[in-house]
Amino acid sequence: MEKDKILEVNDLHVSFKTYNGEVQAVRSVSFDVKKGETVAIVGESGCGKSVTSQSIMRLIPEPPGWIKSGEVLFDGKDLTKVSEKEMEGIRGKDIAMIFQDPMTSLNPTMTVGKQIMEGLVKHQNMGKAQAKERALEMLRLVGIPSPERRINQYPHQFSGGMRQRAMIAIALACAPQLLIADEPTTALDVTIQAQILDLMNDLKERLGTSIILITHDLGVVADVADRVVVMYAGKVIESGTVEEIFHRPRHPYTWGLMGSMPRLDLTRDKELSPITGTPPDLLSPPKGCPFAARCKHAMKVCQREMPETTQVRGSGSHKVNCWLEHPMAPAVEPPAEVVGGGSK
Amino acid sequence: MGRFILIRFMYMVITLWVIATVTFFLMHHLPGSPLANEERIPPELKEQILAQYGLDKPLPVQYLDYLGKLVQGDLGTSFKYDGRSVTEMIQQGFPASAQIGLQAMVFGVLLGVILGCISALRRGTLVDNGATVLSVLGYAIPSFTLAALFSYYVGVVWRVLPAAGWGTFAHSVLPSLALSFLVIAQITRYVRTEMLEVLGQDYMKTARAKGLERRVIIIRHALRNALIPAITIIGPLTVALMTGSLVVEKIFNIPGMGWMFVDSIITNDYTMIMGVTMFYSFLLILSIFIVDILYGVVDPRIRLTGAKE
Repeated sequence: MEKDKILEVNDLHVSFKTYNGEVQAVRSVSFDVKKGETVAIVGESGCGKSVTSQSIMRLIPEPPGWIKSGEVLFDGKDLTKVSEKEMEGIRGKDIAMIFQDPMTSLNPTMTVGKQIMEGLVKHQNMGKAQAKERALEMLRLVGIPSPERRINQYPHQFSGGMRQRAMIAIALACAPQLLIADEPTTALDVTIQAQILDLMNDLKERLGTSIILITHDLGVVADVADRVVVMYAGKVIESGTVEEIFHRPRHPYTWGLMGSMPRLDLTRDKELSPITGTPPDLLSPPKGCPFAARCKHAMKVCQREMPETTQVRGSGSHKVNCWLEHPMAPAVEPPAEVVGGGSK
Repeated sequence: MGRFILIRFMYMVITLWVIATVTFFLMHHLPGSPLANEERIPPELKEQILAQYGLDKPLPVQYLDYLGKLVQGDLGTSFKYDGRSVTEMIQQGFPASAQIGLQAMVFGVLLGVILGCISALRRGTLVDNGATVLSVLGYAIPSFTLAALFSYYVGVVWRVLPAAGWGTFAHSVLPSLALSFLVIAQITRYVRTEMLEVLGQDYMKTARAKGLERRVIIIRHALRNALIPAITIIGPLTVALMTGSLVVEKIFNIPGMGWMFVDSIITNDYTMIMGVTMFYSFLLILSIFIVDILYGVVDPRIRLTGAKE
């Protein structure tokens, strides 16, 4: 493991047992997170991005889910192998998580202050008074006004945006090295979304926390991420820096994602072009490229075999899994509305 | 909060008045009178007795007389047990009934909560199925059947505990146990359902993501939320215990209030019927009132909306 990498996920496979058989939610996912970096995992619903993030913290419900193979290296340890007891010591202390819906993610019968203090008492061996001090400090840090009053209030007395701030306060209370944010703004108003993103960005700078941001909102990605991992049907199909993904996307699925994003610089008569079709059934995933059935440029080989991960020529970290990268493939250019206008 | 309690108290008084009125007229509407069975009493003496108890006056006057006394807390004198006040008789019979009911309640709620939690946490296992069978049986078998079974096997055949009678704690065990089955059954079902619901909530994941131990998560985060609906059914359960105890007291020969009540109806002991009814009603209303307050204590959302109004 390189020195500046704090998390490395290698060839992760996660499945769920259902009545119909085994759903292979995550099929060979690899990526890494460097110190102080924000990595966005992007993809449509059901592509395995949440399962990936929850597997890192071993929070997927077992059973029916289980980590089949692969490793999650954090701080020199493979988190898929450590004991549950050891994992409890890592959760909340070294890796913290915030969830999509702040309305349901806080315990309704416990004061917000107590919910922040819990982790501090557990991980930092703080006394009550000390933990309360720290909780007040955290509330102030996440921009909640009059924290002395708010600390004794219950979640239902907080608005949605305030609750997400409180969630961030809980997550960052023990100064974790890595914060996993699972669609942190999806359930919020657009104006509040921007505030929460600004707050996360600001805290990242100040505390030096690395962030894994799970989202399906490319606008959010462009705002806060350093690197992007695009997932489809349980696999990583493209990854690179924000510039690489937004300006020179290589995978037809990424083109599709870009094309379905509303943009200000396009004329009004230009319609959004959604990706037609639906993702494959992960009960019996296709042998070849999972996107082949929806891909305009699919070739015979795409149906038969999954393409290898290839480094895009002339780039630092831009990787893509697509047969179009093969020297023998026809040269296909991305649609005009995708190229050039990547930035917002 | 003070206003809330005041309003509730006024409702309680009104409810008691309605119950008193309805019971009074229904009771007098029944055929027979306290002296109907005493055929050997000469008519002159009968009239004298009726006059002594005020039964010769027109019904509305009797009603107003009764209400007047009731307001002063006077429940009157028993017709059957000459010269003994109803209050005195309730004081004598209530402790036994209350002890059995309370023991059944405490034991039933404790066991119900534990069983409900375990079966939710071990969902689909043998323990869970066992608890389900137990609670279905608890619902289905009436308490007097259990009372008779316990009395016969534990008391007569095995001779572990007294089969009937009253006096020591040992005497109270079997009747309490017989009554507690319904409590166990209902609380187990409620807690199990609620616990499963709560365990699927997002905030359980938040608690896990904090690195808390499973035990702490269950006790601190899940249990309290799961217990809120269980508290709601404690009111109706108390009623069930009280009415159930009539027969159970008869089976175990316990000098409780249930027996007293049945006896008073058979003998047309007007003041006794009224007295016991009023006392039961008061207890029931009080228990519902307490449950409402308890609800606010456990669930901050209810407490605070109540305070704002």
